[in-house]
Amino acid sequence: MALPPPDPQFVLRGTSAAVHALHFSCGDQEPDVPILFSGSESGLIHVWNLKTRRVDTALDGHGRNSVYCVETMGSKDKLLSQGRDQRICLWDLAEGRTSVLDSVFTENVGFCRCSLLKMAQGRWLMAMASKALAEVQVLELPSKTSVCTLKPEVGAKLGMPMCLKLWQVSCGSQPLLLAGYEDGSVVLWNLSMGKALSQLACHQEPVMSLDFDSERTKGISGSSEKVLSIWSLNEQQNLQVYKTHRLVNAGISDVTIRPDRKILATAGWDHRIRIFGWKKMKPLAVLDYHTATIHCVSFSDHSQPSERLLAAGSKDHRISIWSIYTQT
Amino acid sequence: VLEQFLQKGRVAALLWEVCQQPAQPGAPELQEALLSRVACLPDHVSNQLQGKSPPVFFPQNYFPLLGGAVIEVLQKISDSLRGGLDCSISFVSHILGKVCVHGRQKEILSVLVPHLTELTQSDCIWQRICWRLVECVPERWMEAVLLGFVQRAPGADVLSRLLGNLVVKNKKAQFVLTQKVLLLQYGHKTAVLQNLLGYLSLDPLRRSLLIQVLQELLETWGSSSAVKHSPAEQQQYISKAILICLSHLKESEIESCRQELLTSMMEGVKCHLDSNLPCVRRLGMIVAESISLKINTEGPVLKFQVRGSMKFMSAVQGLEERKVLKHMIQDVIAKLLSRVIPRTSRGTLSGWASAVLADARAVVDDDLIPYDMSEDKELTAKAPLYLRDCIEVLTGCEDVDKWEATVKALEGLIRRNPAAAREVKHVELAKILLHLEEKTCMEGFAALRQRAQVAVLTTDPIPVAQYLTSQFYSLNYSLRQRVDILDVLVLAAQELSCPKSHGNTKHSVAPKPGIQLLPGSDSSKDWRRIVDERIKSKTRRIATGQAQVEPAASPNEFNSVAGHFFFPLIQHFDRPLTTFDLLGEDHFVLGRLVHTLAILMYLAVNTVAVTAMGKALLEFVWTLRFHTDCYVRQGLLSCVSSLLLSVPAERLLEDMTEELLEAQSWLGDVVEKDPDGDCRRLALQNLLLLENLKKKL
Repeated sequence: MALPPPDPQFVLRGTSAAVHALHFSCGDQEPDVPILFSGSESGLIHVWNLKTRRVDTALDGHGRNSVYCVETMGSKDKLLSQGRDQRICLWDLAEGRTSVLDSVFTENVGFCRCSLLKMAQGRWLMAMASKALAEVQVLELPSKTSVCTLKPEVGAKLGMPMCLKLWQVSCGSQPLLLAGYEDGSVVLWNLSMGKALSQLACHQEPVMSLDFDSERTKGISGSSEKVLSIWSLNEQQNLQVYKTHRLVNAGISDVTIRPDRKILATAGWDHRIRIFGWKKMKPLAVLDYHTATIHCVSFSDHSQPSERLLAAGSKDHRISIWSIYTQT
Repeated sequence: VLEQFLQKGRVAALLWEVCQQPAQPGAPELQEALLSRVACLPDHVSNQLQGKSPPVFFPQNYFPLLGGAVIEVLQKISDSLRGGLDCSISFVSHILGKVCVHGRQKEILSVLVPHLTELTQSDCIWQRICWRLVECVPERWMEAVLLGFVQRAPGADVLSRLLGNLVVKNKKAQFVLTQKVLLLQYGHKTAVLQNLLGYLSLDPLRRSLLIQVLQELLETWGSSSAVKHSPAEQQQYISKAILICLSHLKESEIESCRQELLTSMMEGVKCHLDSNLPCVRRLGMIVAESISLKINTEGPVLKFQVRGSMKFMSAVQGLEERKVLKHMIQDVIAKLLSRVIPRTSRGTLSGWASAVLADARAVVDDDLIPYDMSEDKELTAKAPLYLRDCIEVLTGCEDVDKWEATVKALEGLIRRNPAAAREVKHVELAKILLHLEEKTCMEGFAALRQRAQVAVLTTDPIPVAQYLTSQFYSLNYSLRQRVDILDVLVLAAQELSCPKSHGNTKHSVAPKPGIQLLPGSDSSKDWRRIVDERIKSKTRRIATGQAQVEPAASPNEFNSVAGHFFFPLIQHFDRPLTTFDLLGEDHFVLGRLVHTLAILMYLAVNTVAVTAMGKALLEFVWTLRFHTDCYVRQGLLSCVSSLLLSVPAERLLEDMTEELLEAQSWLGDVVEKDPDGDCRRLALQNLLLLENLKKKL
């Protein structure tokens, strides 16, 4: 008899709005406290202290418009947030400050989260959906200079970009971008040439989320369908379907592979978190706690494997924190 | 003497003689005399011999013999034509015509047609002879001969060989074949239609006739009075003819008359969909579909959900929707093709390689132990547990899943505790249910709603029935809602009048989802079933003298409330509202109303109010008895039957004698004259019931 699925480690309440984005910052050495950032529908970014399990600060930078992406840039003092006010804000949180250093006006009305990639110390690339339909823009941060604009060929009816993932094979090599589109296809872009290398129709419905394992060159994407699609990239830079996994209930809003590439988690419209073994897509657990659609899942970046956490943010205003498969 | 004469084949010789002498003076009289003798020989003989005529002179033997003789003569004629001699065929034709018009087509043509078919196979002289033979038949006999040929020819090509271009040359033949057989008669088999229309299509000269015929058929098909007044069999016949015609038409010909086809199709669809009879509606849809398929070779095609679509979407709407859909599908297919083909050919090999590698790696360390995942089931919304919550959800909830769950749970909740259900006003609930629209594509929604409505009505009959019946005649309801009211009243009455336990099990076991979709057929069947059962039970009791096992006695709950169900419905039918005119356009609802009343009347058997109800119903029937729609008339006749069955005999005879006598004469009329077969049958049944009534006294 298999063990019953675990309960959440603890639950963070008090955002008083649906939670759309989560990001951990726990990698710093003691005595720094581990922190979780959460972006909510009310436009606030809450900074949770995971020791006290209370909100340290609430940042208001998006004019009460929903925040749907939060990321840190290197340390927990530098935060990036993206909101429905069509702005991406860069925050300075050092020494208790809560000021917006800079902001980028995206002019995009979609829900596509931006993607960050560290190129060198203090130099970042950010991909974001831009004003024109189906177009993705890549900027260099913090200088905000445009690196390239990725336009699909004329006649390719991809629709809006839905999710982005910047990655590189190894440090210092060519950055590449994976983008999931509204028509259900995933496209691999070469940034320096501004050209699509490969395109794969993974889903019938818009791709809601994707994640990619650059070591195994294998990725996973979820859509509003009942199917998870796992695809791989071969040496000729061609995407191909590796396998698909059928779900019990339709709708995946987020999918994340744990940094150690052992497991992955999906955020389901059916209020459940699903955990899979990443190597063989072996279903491992179904975590049933929330009472509404889950919007995001995120793994912590604790340096000690045993401390690693999983967080899920849901429409029911709660953030559940789980500790699962930490002993491997 | 005559017998020997016949047996030696002298008839042929006689005919041959006559054919050889061309137009001698005094010949016409002689020919006339001979003609009548030959054609009517069996009658003459049997008259003479007073019914003791020898077997040769029986019509079934004589006419085949005559046929043989005709063949023989034709053989000679053809020989002599080949020899360059001229001779007249008209006498043979006359004989053929006369025999046919005397009703002996079957006998003589069953010999002639196979022979001629064989002979005309390859020989053009024979073909000419054959054409001549038919052509020379006098006009007054033409119809009989032609019909015989059309019915007996094994195929359209044979018919074409036998008749040639007769239709084009002969006015009478044209009339018979293009008008009479197709538009005025409807008893022929489909094979006949195929023969005839195939024959018309086989020659370019006749094809113009084919198009003309099609237009005339469509005119009849699309005329609203024809749809209303002609029997269903004829409409089926005409529809068949149209379909066959369409299949014979070529693209170019359709092109030339596309506009006319389209207009007549539109009209036809309109008046077919207006009909109350499901079979007529379906017929209309089928024909319209195939016409539109023919006339629109590219682009929009009209499609109906032939299986009982209550939404009478106009044809134009249908066309546009289709167009959009079709474009979408094409796009998708194109996309798929363009994407799939290059991908699959490339990179299969490398895909394999990497997959194998990944698998190999995976085997090494996969030590994660899964948790129990048996709880991972399909998500279902929780249904509310109290009626008050239900009302809240139904009136103002945006959550689709919850809404669906509520609709599913409603009937059970209402039925579970009728006493505790006083927490809400049932009228309010009935109102909500009546206005409840289908928000999502929910399976069996109509049935669920209906069952909930029935449950409400049975738990609190009087106020809810008052509410529903008053709403039936008020403004601002759709036909669907009014029909719903009627259905609910019927089902609830049925449940109330049945013994308690019986009613309950029946309801949970056999829901009737079909009643919403095909109300016409269903309810009348329903009614008939009830009456049949009733009659059966009665006869059994009388015949065997055995009492049936009585079900446990319980008070008839319908007794006290029957009036509330019945009288408000019957009161206002003749007061048209701006949105609802029972006697005018909304005859469909009238038909349903009449059927409902019939069932209510039947279920009210043994109640106190039954006599008063019967009286009111009889008056109602009397005012509507000449309604043009046969569905309404069927309902009226059902009313009369249930009235005769429900009201006690002595009450019938004391209180309603005169009305019944009037009704009897009307029923007699219906039995004789009504165009609809079902109506005639029902009227006959009623007359029998009346007879039984008389016998009882």
